[in-house]
Amino acid sequence: MSELIILQNGRVIDPVNQTDEIADIWVEEGKVTAPRATAPAGACRYDLAGKWVLPGLIDIHVHLREPGQEYKETIATGTMAAAAGGFTAVACMPNTRPVNDNAAVTRFILEKAAVCAARVYPVGALSRDSRGEQLAEYGEMKAAGAVALTDDGLPVTDSQLMRRALEYATSHGLPVISHAEELSLSRNGCMNEGAVSTRLGLRGIPTAAESIMVYREIALAELTGARVHIAHVSCEASLAQIRLAKQRGVKVTAETAPHYFALTDEAVDGYNTHAKMNPPLRSEADRLAIREALADGTLDAIATDHAPHSVLEKEVEFNYAANGIVGLETSLPLALSLVHDGVITIARLVELMSCAPARVLGVPGGGLAPGDPADITVVDPDRRFVFAAAESRSKGRNTPFDGWQFRGKAVLTIMNGHVTFADL
Amino acid sequence: MRAEYSFRHKHIFGMEQLSVRDIHHVIAAARSFREISARSIKKVPTLRGKTIVNLFFEPSTRTRTSFEIAAKRMSADTFNIAASTSSATKGETLIDTARNIEAMNPDIIIIRHSCSGAPQLLARHIGASIINAGDGAHEHPSQGLLDIMTILDHKKELAGLKIAIIGDVAHSRVAVSDILGFTKLGATVCVAGPATFIPTAVEQLGARVCASVDEAIEDADVVMALRIQKERQNDPLIPSLREYSIHYGINRRRLEHARPDVLVMHPGPINRGVELSPDVADGPSSVILEQVKNGVAVRMALLYLVMGGEKSGEAQGDM
Repeated sequence: MSELIILQNGRVIDPVNQTDEIADIWVEEGKVTAPRATAPAGACRYDLAGKWVLPGLIDIHVHLREPGQEYKETIATGTMAAAAGGFTAVACMPNTRPVNDNAAVTRFILEKAAVCAARVYPVGALSRDSRGEQLAEYGEMKAAGAVALTDDGLPVTDSQLMRRALEYATSHGLPVISHAEELSLSRNGCMNEGAVSTRLGLRGIPTAAESIMVYREIALAELTGARVHIAHVSCEASLAQIRLAKQRGVKVTAETAPHYFALTDEAVDGYNTHAKMNPPLRSEADRLAIREALADGTLDAIATDHAPHSVLEKEVEFNYAANGIVGLETSLPLALSLVHDGVITIARLVELMSCAPARVLGVPGGGLAPGDPADITVVDPDRRFVFAAAESRSKGRNTPFDGWQFRGKAVLTIMNGHVTFADL
Repeated sequence: MRAEYSFRHKHIFGMEQLSVRDIHHVIAAARSFREISARSIKKVPTLRGKTIVNLFFEPSTRTRTSFEIAAKRMSADTFNIAASTSSATKGETLIDTARNIEAMNPDIIIIRHSCSGAPQLLARHIGASIINAGDGAHEHPSQGLLDIMTILDHKKELAGLKIAIIGDVAHSRVAVSDILGFTKLGATVCVAGPATFIPTAVEQLGARVCASVDEAIEDADVVMALRIQKERQNDPLIPSLREYSIHYGINRRRLEHARPDVLVMHPGPINRGVELSPDVADGPSSVILEQVKNGVAVRMALLYLVMGGEKSGEAQGDM
């Protein structure tokens, strides 16, 4: 059944295999295969002259909302949005209803995902019901297919629990993802603390609310020798901690989200709830620091924190609005703007959005050598388009990027040898 | 002088949106309306047939009454909707509440809400004019305007004046409106209080932060004391009202360092003996009751102007 797909004349960029050249890629039976002298009749050919052929992008921080909040998103709609944004795999956070804190929920997610447009890697809860009190059953969840652990959205306040989680996760070979937030500093806050929050009369969240906890995670990783991954880093103060920790060999990795390098807290002006997320959009100095850290390796990955909400959660007073924005269809265009601006190279983009995400979660992907899974993202780096939230594959319309003009997008997404999105 | 000027604001969200000319225009109108309140029959037909809704999601007697009196003196029909009697407690959203009110065809909705930005949200969803009567820690523009009017009753202009604002600036919408309004008109605004009361980057609103109350009051033309909100006592901002009054309260001794013709102001209600000692609150420098009187006049002017008032030919002279 699996036909041969031939991707011709594209620029193949595969930093893991140190490839950056115009080449053909063959796809057969879900794998990348070495081109042979003659192609069988009936092969499906794509002429990709002028396009970039990348290892499939992996988004390690996505909220798919299923089970429990299917009115916001489902595994089917979320993965369609992922494919349209050039992603071949996503890792979904456990804050579903019920919480993914046991093997049954993990299996449910994987069963749903089996027929969807992207690979789905469930992330299990760090604590039971994400209450921050007792460890969840890591071994059972891993056996069911969970790839990492986190109480994302609900910071772990108890440092002893965090220590034990890191230790116990090591025994099961699972990375722990930290939503770093000191709640006593951020409580009741709804945007970055600064000149804009003062002007708008909104309670601010200082960057210290994040960097204090980033330091705690680093200290605990050092203490336990465990691996910790810091989610959605938003500020310079956190980057400084991560940079120092990496220099002394702590096993810490970190991601940021596109909005932290594309926007500042000025976007909240007018009480725009589509600019409300946690951590909040920060200052211009923080935004520039994030861009620098993406280039210098302090940050390992770009992940969207795709957080679909309905108008019920967003068309309300700013204080009451839910945190989070959708991001799967704008992540790559925003990251490509960094390439166009000369902040990072295209090879670095592939590292940030494919290779490192695969390494952080310990999942396949990130390369295009023969034998690798045929997860491939083809990019037209110069395609200009206007992003219209109303046309999104996601159920969520909560994005500050509605109507933005972009240069560059995914035009062909192949997952496990199947075309999941095409806009050539 | 410049005939092409007209007041163009359908909604009043804050001092931020008002130009210097707008501010002078409102105050000129308010001065002419103030005279109505001194008559034996305190009513003009200006807004006859207009429906004005007071939509208050926070308890307020003074501001609500002031708006209500202003509306009634202009012959508008007024209705009060308080959060305790509205559907807010039943889980109805602000937008649903607003749409229900809108179905009754009001011309102006005056809103007070504990959330900053609630008036803007309302304005995005309904057609009536919106006047912000205080939103969260954002703005309270009618208070800012009445404070300017009160100062201008005593001083020729705000330019060159030193105005000290003392107290909980961080949680005060009055402070934000005052800082924006006073600095637009050229005054120097100094804020002082314990650091827990001084908001981040308040300098970017145009205020200067003083290290002490005495430094802020030194040679001040106006001293504005802000109310300590006792309901914030569970947020650890100050250890006690006792210590606050000793270190930050305004008393006669502190006031001696201000200019001899200093005006003492307070947006009310006063915690006597905390922000202001009784002798200062009731003393010769105090213009606190004038603020209340001007409040009605300024609110009459705002109601008149958002209804497109000057088109009726009653426009007060531009300044």
